[in-house]
Amino acid sequence: MREFARIGGSSHREPDLSEVVAQVAGGDQDAFATLYDSIAGPVFGLVLRVLRDPAQSEEVAQEVMVEVWRHAARFRPEQGSVMAWVMTMAHRRAVDRVRSEQAATERDRRSARREHTPAYDQVSEEVTVRLESEQVRRCLQSLTELQKQAVTLAYYHGYTYREVAASLSAPLGTVKTRLRDGLIRLRDCMGVNA
Amino acid sequence: MNEEHLHAPSGAYALDALPDDERDEFERHLRDCPACAQEVRELSATAARLGSAVASAPPAALKEQVLSRISTVRQLPPTFLPGVSAPQPTSGRMGRLPRLVLAACVAAATAFGGVAVWQHQEAWQAEEQAQRAEQRAADMARVLVAPDARTVTASGKGGAKATVVVSREENSAVFLASGLPELPSGKTYQLWFADGGKMRPAGLTRTDGGLVMEGDVDGASGVGVTVEPAGGSPQPTSTPLMLMTLPA
Ligand SMILES: [Zn+2]
Repeated sequence: MREFARIGGSSHREPDLSEVVAQVAGGDQDAFATLYDSIAGPVFGLVLRVLRDPAQSEEVAQEVMVEVWRHAARFRPEQGSVMAWVMTMAHRRAVDRVRSEQAATERDRRSARREHTPAYDQVSEEVTVRLESEQVRRCLQSLTELQKQAVTLAYYHGYTYREVAASLSAPLGTVKTRLRDGLIRLRDCMGVNA
Repeated sequence: MNEEHLHAPSGAYALDALPDDERDEFERHLRDCPACAQEVRELSATAARLGSAVASAPPAALKEQVLSRISTVRQLPPTFLPGVSAPQPTSGRMGRLPRLVLAACVAAATAFGGVAVWQHQEAWQAEEQAQRAEQRAADMARVLVAPDARTVTASGKGGAKATVVVSREENSAVFLASGLPELPSGKTYQLWFADGGKMRPAGLTRTDGGLVMEGDVDGASGVGVTVEPAGGSPQPTSTPLMLMTLPA
């Protein structure tokens, strides 16, 4: 396991979140307030990144928080960190919102997207510039261009790999593979364990 | 379908980038493939880091809203409890099968529905899983109580027993096993419908219990069980452990 200095972000030592979640699981609302302070920024930021609409993002972030409360007793520390657990829920919920809207207003969305979505190279550039974490930025830069664009479109835009393939004019199988080897490279670069 | 192909969606899965049908398929694969389950855990944790990197403070009012909302929301219990209660075993008969057998099947179906590969899936899909478990139990019950349901039983090595309940009317079959030897990781039991000389894949299982076989019975003349690499095979790659001839 590699150690990385933490650059940027909060410098204070975070409380052990899995202990906090254990208290939340027992119905402790004060503990939940503590947990909220640690996860609200990442959750809201991610949801906003995917949905782009602040009002909707607030709604979805609230749903995610309530889900965390409801499911706290089912969190299992041996299967991963609290942050990974929460962010997985947040991303899933944001993507669900995108897709259900997509189904409802496929046509509107297509025209809206044409107006609002910049070309993908601009997108990944923009995302990379705005990233708070130096380490994540550096690791993203270590990907091949196709890996970076595929991962960025899938994660930050909530695209399915089919939509990614269409955006990048790349074969489906290639995109699937790039999403996997791109994430594997990121995992190794960031020293993620699970 | 080769191994590589089966594992390939792990990245797309961790990024929530699989369409629903492919996601369901990959989740079935995850149940039998510890290597993929571990990879998914790691890649999801990696994706979560991408998420944390775009953190942004929510409006201050959100905290109060959330705190007041959770004070009225009931928390889920730690153990997964699907919305199906297993019937009480009693004597007497239901359709052509003893109620006890039915109870065992339904219990197994719901237990199977509660198996979570990893916690994110469980946390997120608990309700969905409960519904699926109910659906599975209902599908199973429909076959078991069908007026034309017939059973065939076979024994394998080491006290393993398998029963197939088939309803031509429902065009569906239930596989029920007990005493199946535990498999090494990377292996699964695969069920097959025999159509003439051909074997047609009919689902995977790693454990005792009951499940509705995948696919229609149609003209199948038999059911076989083989041991296959995790994820299953398009054609049997080993000699069947058990073969049962279905009643016409
Ligand atoms: Zn696999």
